[in-house]
Amino acid sequence: MNDTLANTEKKTAYILTLPAVLLVFSIILFPIFANIWISFKEVELKDIRIPEPRAKKIVKSISDEPTKIKILYKLRNSSLIQEIRDVSFQDNFPKNFEIENLDPRCSYKKQKLKCEFGNWPAKYRENFQAIFATNDGSKIDKKNLKSIKPKLEGKSDNILLNTNFTLKNFKKVLFENEFVDLLLTTFYYTFFGTVGSIIFGILTAQMVNQKFYGRTFMRSVLLFPYVAPVVALAYTWELLLDPNSGTLNSLLLNYQIIETPINLLGQKYIEISILGFDFKLRLALTTVIMFEIWRYFPLAFLFILARLQAIPKELYEAADVDGASPFQKFFNITLPQITAVISILFMIRFIWNFNKFEDVFLLTGGASGTRTLPINVYQQGFAISDIGMGSAVSIVIVVLLLMFMFFYFRLLGKRVDEN
Amino acid sequence: MRTKNIIIYSLISTFFLIFLISIWKILATLQGLSIKSFNIEILFIFGLLISFAHLGIGNRIKSIYKSIIFSTIFVFCDGFLIQKLPIWYNFGAFLIVCFFTYKISKYSFINLKKEHSTQVILFDFLTLFGILFFSFVILFPFYMMFVTSFKTQIALLVNPLDFSINFTQDLKDLFKSYFVIFKSYNFGKYILTSTIVSVGTVIITLLFAIPAAYAVARLNFFGKTFLSTSILIIYMFPAIVLVIPLYTIFSQLGLRNSIEGLLIVYTATTLPVAIYMLQGYFKSIPKELEEAAILDKLSWFGIITKIIIPLSIPAISSVALYVFMIAWNEFLFSLMFLDNPNSFTLSRAIQYLSGDAETPRQYLMAGSVVVTLPVLFIFIYFEKYLVSGLTAGSVKG
Repeated sequence: MNDTLANTEKKTAYILTLPAVLLVFSIILFPIFANIWISFKEVELKDIRIPEPRAKKIVKSISDEPTKIKILYKLRNSSLIQEIRDVSFQDNFPKNFEIENLDPRCSYKKQKLKCEFGNWPAKYRENFQAIFATNDGSKIDKKNLKSIKPKLEGKSDNILLNTNFTLKNFKKVLFENEFVDLLLTTFYYTFFGTVGSIIFGILTAQMVNQKFYGRTFMRSVLLFPYVAPVVALAYTWELLLDPNSGTLNSLLLNYQIIETPINLLGQKYIEISILGFDFKLRLALTTVIMFEIWRYFPLAFLFILARLQAIPKELYEAADVDGASPFQKFFNITLPQITAVISILFMIRFIWNFNKFEDVFLLTGGASGTRTLPINVYQQGFAISDIGMGSAVSIVIVVLLLMFMFFYFRLLGKRVDEN
Repeated sequence: MRTKNIIIYSLISTFFLIFLISIWKILATLQGLSIKSFNIEILFIFGLLISFAHLGIGNRIKSIYKSIIFSTIFVFCDGFLIQKLPIWYNFGAFLIVCFFTYKISKYSFINLKKEHSTQVILFDFLTLFGILFFSFVILFPFYMMFVTSFKTQIALLVNPLDFSINFTQDLKDLFKSYFVIFKSYNFGKYILTSTIVSVGTVIITLLFAIPAAYAVARLNFFGKTFLSTSILIIYMFPAIVLVIPLYTIFSQLGLRNSIEGLLIVYTATTLPVAIYMLQGYFKSIPKELEEAAILDKLSWFGIITKIIIPLSIPAISSVALYVFMIAWNEFLFSLMFLDNPNSFTLSRAIQYLSGDAETPRQYLMAGSVVVTLPVLFIFIYFEKYLVSGLTAGSVKG
């Protein structure tokens, strides 16, 4: 009795979870494996379209003979690189139609014109003509004839399914693609974006955790950059920072803080000298990181605020009794209480910043020293249209992420052991 | 000790005053006033004078009179002697100095003698400074987006600092950018597509997620722990890695440029979080209710529709809002999968618009306002639900 109950429970559970699991696995897990497969192939954007046999039907009336009609089929192979095998053709005609010139490859039975065209090489074209006449002498309706579309079928190799593998893509990614520069840019972007957003998150959470008028309003305002669409925000920032008529540059010029406009998003380096030392700051990258921090510190803020509100008040009261200063309270009570949240946040944000595509793409498009790995996936795959290369870069991303997670968890595990 | 405290107090409060007045000056500049410098030196002297005078006078005069006197002197000197500026600017400056004196009114000689008073002052002013700084930095781009959408191309080029909106003109001229994007750029259609895609994603996600979350929360089956951990791991997987294989597969299946394709991808990417959030809530519903329902011979379908769903309306609505927001804001997949203007979503349409260098920027900003406003309204109106969704799901992005 118990057994059957457990069995029905299991069955129900599988029925309930199956749709969700199938969908997620087919859209998320399967593509990851597909990525590995594609990354070992030489595939270009134009190869992934399956070659199709196509026919354009043109109906022409023959002068002086209203009961006769000429039909021209412009046949072609849609692919410029692949052949199609065993092309078959079929078109239907009204009841009173008879064919006049039957091509040897075709047959006409039961108002159906069927042809076997054999193999079409790449770029194949042919004009195929058929003349028909009505057998009861009635006039021909051209429109009706045109509305019937011919059907074509053929077999072709799918370049994705064959088993020719190569290591060329990975060789190109690692040795010919300014890989070190790419990696460094991605690292700067990810690391400083993450650290910056966490620092701002701590500051704002500490701020909102105090009582002041308009606190709830402030809390919603702080989340604005996070909930608004990227597209809108990125273009607004682009306008704000525009060197010619952007607000920021105009303001700085107006107050005579700078003499010539700065192209914050289009200049790769800027020379800064502090105390006699000359620095080369990566300007566009810094701006993009600023945007990143601006947009994502609300997440850190939310997490840290939730944690701050859960810290027992008694701790602070006890500290007050002991005569602790505000800074002592912050460093000795607040900070230790939020380290766990911060370490989780660091990991989440690090992973997501590492994969961030939209922000950089919309702001600079990867120009002026802001090309990160995800941008490279897009550029290789769609701008240079080398799908195999794009796949290889994304595999590199996955491997790096797995490595990061592995080391991070080991480090975290050690820390927990020590405590 | 005391002198040190007094010096730090006066310096910090002076910096705060400078910051307040500078923000006011920037905002005034953007209304078309020509203010060429912040006059930081003069502000600095004023700040020091006011904060010292405040300490010196102490409680001899009521604080309200004190702030009015200080503000009047400040406005008189700053506004009339140094820069000739309109009344509204001076009135604003007056209010700001009133606010400032109100903020420093709690400090006195006795107060500054206390232990840690420098740190207390620092903390107080840092909070104030932070509130103003963050409000300004966050709201400014939104303000700019909004204002730019009401300007004309010429006005923007002639004086990029003029943010004032001329309300006296015709409504037709005022909303010209909006008329143009709806008429010539088909934004009505894009709004419709975006709405269909977002609402569709919400419905399908809930249809798939509620039963799955119920099973994970309540039923025992082989592979349950595997499923619940893999949900979280899958959630961490980056979208950019999925793009190329999905692009190739969708091209071969003819799903590109279709709403169905977007719906499938959006649903699959939001499902893991939705399941995770819902199962957590379902676990908190008392089991006894279901046991009673099983005695009444209700099937699992009955249990879910008659007990679980009515009891978890708050959780379901927060998942729904959260999924809606993700789908509405999504850009990467719509960029990859849509290249036919007939099937664009709002985000993709704005990106397409910006691709043409000739597009006037006020149209771009009007489009941005159109895509941002619904999300912000939903966020403000349902903040409670959305914040719980955001913390639980920590929006992928």
